[in-house]
Amino acid sequence: MTAPTYDLIDFDEVLEKFDPTLGLEVHVELSTQTKMFCGCPTEFGAEPNTQVCPTCLGLPGSLPVVNRSAVEAAIRIGLALNCSIAPWCRFARKNYFYPDMPKNFQTSQYDEPIAFDGYLDVILDDGETFRVGIERAHMEEDTGKSLHVGGATGRIHGAEYSLLDYNRAGVPLIEIVTKMIPGTRERAPEIARAYVTALRDLVKALGVSDVRMDQGSMRCDVNLSLAPRDSGELGTRSETKNVNSLRSVERAVRYEMSRQAGVLLAGGEVIQETRHFQEDTASTRSGRRKETSEDYRYFPEPDLVPIAPSAEWVEELRGTMPELPWARRARLKQEWQLSDEELRDLVNAGALDLIEATVAAGAPAGDARSWWVAYLTQQANTREVALDELPITPAQVAHVIELVSSGALTNKLARSAVDGVLAGEGDVDAVVAARGLVVSDEGELVAAVDAALAAQPDVADKIRGGKVAAAGAIVGAVMKATGGKADAKRVRELIIERCS
Amino acid sequence: MSELIRKTAAELAELIRTKEVSAVEVARAHLDRIAEVDGAVHAFLHVAEEGAIQSATLVDEAQEPASPLAGVPLALKDVFTTIDMPTTAGSKILEGWRPPYDATVTARLRAAGITILGKTNMDEFAMGSSTEHSAYGTTHNPWDLDRVPGGSGGGSAASLAAFEAPLAIGTDTGGSIRQPAAFTGTVGVKPTYGGVSRYGLIACASSLDQAGPCARTVLDAALLHEVIAGYDPLDSTSIDQPVPSVVAATKQGASGDLSGLRVGVVRELTGEGYEAGVQASFDAAVRQLEKLGADVVEVSCPHFTTGISAYYLILPSEVSSNLARFDAMRYGLRVNQGASAEEVMAATREIGFGPEVKRRIMLGTYALSAGYYDAYYGQAQKVRTLIARDFAAAFQQADVLLSPATPTTAFPIGAKIDDPVSMYLNDLATIPTNLAGTAALSVPSGLADGLPVGLQVMAPALGEAVMYRVAAAYEAARGPAPMPEVKA
Repeated sequence: MTAPTYDLIDFDEVLEKFDPTLGLEVHVELSTQTKMFCGCPTEFGAEPNTQVCPTCLGLPGSLPVVNRSAVEAAIRIGLALNCSIAPWCRFARKNYFYPDMPKNFQTSQYDEPIAFDGYLDVILDDGETFRVGIERAHMEEDTGKSLHVGGATGRIHGAEYSLLDYNRAGVPLIEIVTKMIPGTRERAPEIARAYVTALRDLVKALGVSDVRMDQGSMRCDVNLSLAPRDSGELGTRSETKNVNSLRSVERAVRYEMSRQAGVLLAGGEVIQETRHFQEDTASTRSGRRKETSEDYRYFPEPDLVPIAPSAEWVEELRGTMPELPWARRARLKQEWQLSDEELRDLVNAGALDLIEATVAAGAPAGDARSWWVAYLTQQANTREVALDELPITPAQVAHVIELVSSGALTNKLARSAVDGVLAGEGDVDAVVAARGLVVSDEGELVAAVDAALAAQPDVADKIRGGKVAAAGAIVGAVMKATGGKADAKRVRELIIERCS
Repeated sequence: MSELIRKTAAELAELIRTKEVSAVEVARAHLDRIAEVDGAVHAFLHVAEEGAIQSATLVDEAQEPASPLAGVPLALKDVFTTIDMPTTAGSKILEGWRPPYDATVTARLRAAGITILGKTNMDEFAMGSSTEHSAYGTTHNPWDLDRVPGGSGGGSAASLAAFEAPLAIGTDTGGSIRQPAAFTGTVGVKPTYGGVSRYGLIACASSLDQAGPCARTVLDAALLHEVIAGYDPLDSTSIDQPVPSVVAATKQGASGDLSGLRVGVVRELTGEGYEAGVQASFDAAVRQLEKLGADVVEVSCPHFTTGISAYYLILPSEVSSNLARFDAMRYGLRVNQGASAEEVMAATREIGFGPEVKRRIMLGTYALSAGYYDAYYGQAQKVRTLIARDFAAAFQQADVLLSPATPTTAFPIGAKIDDPVSMYLNDLATIPTNLAGTAALSVPSGLADGLPVGLQVMAPALGEAVMYRVAAAYEAARGPAPMPEVKA
């Protein structure tokens, strides 16, 4: 039986007839040195099955031991999300069979999370603040990875065989679950995106994860339901997995609103199910439906003792919290004298850290900002990488700025120096030397101007006669003579000077 | 027969230390004995002849003995991982598996210079009271080869009674050390939960399992206890406190004076349900303790009678989860039937697990399922708390508690295999200790109709010293225990 198909409803029409309710579950992979329950390294990208031991392979007889750094990271995240920290909590076992789960149960917190009942204030595009309630933040371990070989889809069904890599098995995860988020109306997609963005920045500021959505170290599930407008009811929700970029978060919400509205308006019923986000079509697809609902048979993990963070420890961690993103933004806005919009653009461009680091390396804030949001952003776009992935450091940018302000480089030469660094030609000074990026000294330049004037006496006469526009020909000649290294503006000034 | 095999571990260690005999000679004598009688007893699943001689050679070459038991041979229950021997837990599903790591207990035995003779038979994944649930055949009781040696650690206990080894290691989840000790006339100790590391012990029920020493004398058990016990950072549930001085307590106890010590007879663990011969042996043992100066009091632990019910909810629940990992994906048996991973898992588990294991996996899966959790697992945990409170109250009135270790003596092979409940009732007296996480041992208290009976001595958590003291005093007063002759 094929499922009936429904029309997608236009976003505005959805809002006329329905109210959306959001819920977001975000998994953050911690960047602890070792795994959640054993001493294996967690580094991404190692050869398959080289970062494993009896415990994370679930070998008979092996036992888990809780990683204290992971508990510390969980508490710090909980504190930053204004949560209460449980004075006593446990891990549980979530039982289900899957080949990438070495023990066929996942050791995860269940009804006793380490952090609960908090909130995150999210700043929207127009500067307004929206408060998202946090239900809980709990600790769990990641699974291994399956690679399905053969078959068309790369999924387990139809695959010829599957390969298993357990390097990721046991890597610590924190799952952060929001309370239901009602009242978002037309801003639902924007709020979902802004929340995940704010959470990402927060976790990054805490330094507990590299929160790379493209590498899976931050993963988002979007829950969404619709209810008849102003009914105050709660509809049946779908849970969309595989939402792996900020843009996808927004698009997944938008698509689910349109899809569910189509189902409801046609008299259908929204099914409570897991759906998968399709990056290429910006749509969601139903996962394999199970005959019966999964029963995970949770029970307290008997191989671990309860976790009881002392009040002193929690307070100590509270005292070591770094400056959180919103506080930092308010400070930088003030220091750099930015408008809301300017600040937002810097945040969206991911330039805040880079500019701050460039300023810290001695550059004036204005210059640092203009380099990163203009020329370097352009370069990043061309190369299709994030700004912070450009192979140039804030210190190098600061050095270039210094060379410009000292007059050693013109803006044009400076861009060439940056290009050289980006092309891997070495450090700034090395590029300047290798590319011969030197403004000829004034004497040389004057000599070149004089020579050009002498070579074209008729043009020189016109300039002397007041036809300044004629200077262009001399500028061209001087530039040619200096191999394009001279500052054209300065050349023009010198020509006029020498002809007056 | 070499006289060496009749000696205690303490005696052997002394002979080796003074170089009167070599550790290799001692190992050889026991290997010869295994070759002679194990065809009839079937205590061993694997004999590590080469490894044993190698390890004994190192002891003979060492300048200083590595421990008070250096060079003494030992039989290791096949539930501990050993890097140089197969480890099966008595199950087909692990046939041929060679673990890539040593259990902490294994490592401590090696470090102590103890000669590991091999791995002993057991009920599959330690579920059973007779070794009849082993996938590799039943172990026979050296007292009567037609009878069971108890279980799950029947192989370890039988190896002691048959003089194949002077020391053995068992694990006790509901009586798997103490009941076989009682059935074979040997000493078996279940330490306080967390007293001995579980790292590398293939789990039956995590919250109940505890490894412990088995021997023919209380002193030998105490010496072995001090080798294997102690904090292990690889086991979160292991206790980070000094190991009780059980050897000193045993030596003190052997002097025989128990004046001022209060021993409590648990009313709920005597009388009805206990064989007349077992009860008579127990009563005599209590009188013996009284003669040594102990004050005998009767205590009541009303919730002990519900122990079996709670145990058979908690244990299967943990088992159903612990045994999920045996899925043919990474190690052990793989039955390639069907096209999908799920089908291979199901086929492997169908063929790889025996009936008792399947029964308990099903019970546990049911008990943990949504809607039943509170009524079964949750309720059983409350009973567990009540039993712990009963113990706490009883230990206000007595320093140790006493009961027969088992309701009956060793039963004939096949007598209970089709009646799981009657098999389960064998652990009536031993289960409360596992539920409470406290310590207990079984020491031989004579014979009933020609078969051994065990006296159970129970102590509070980390109260092993007083427990050993009482057992040693009783053992000294009782005199040498009779031992069986095995007809090969």
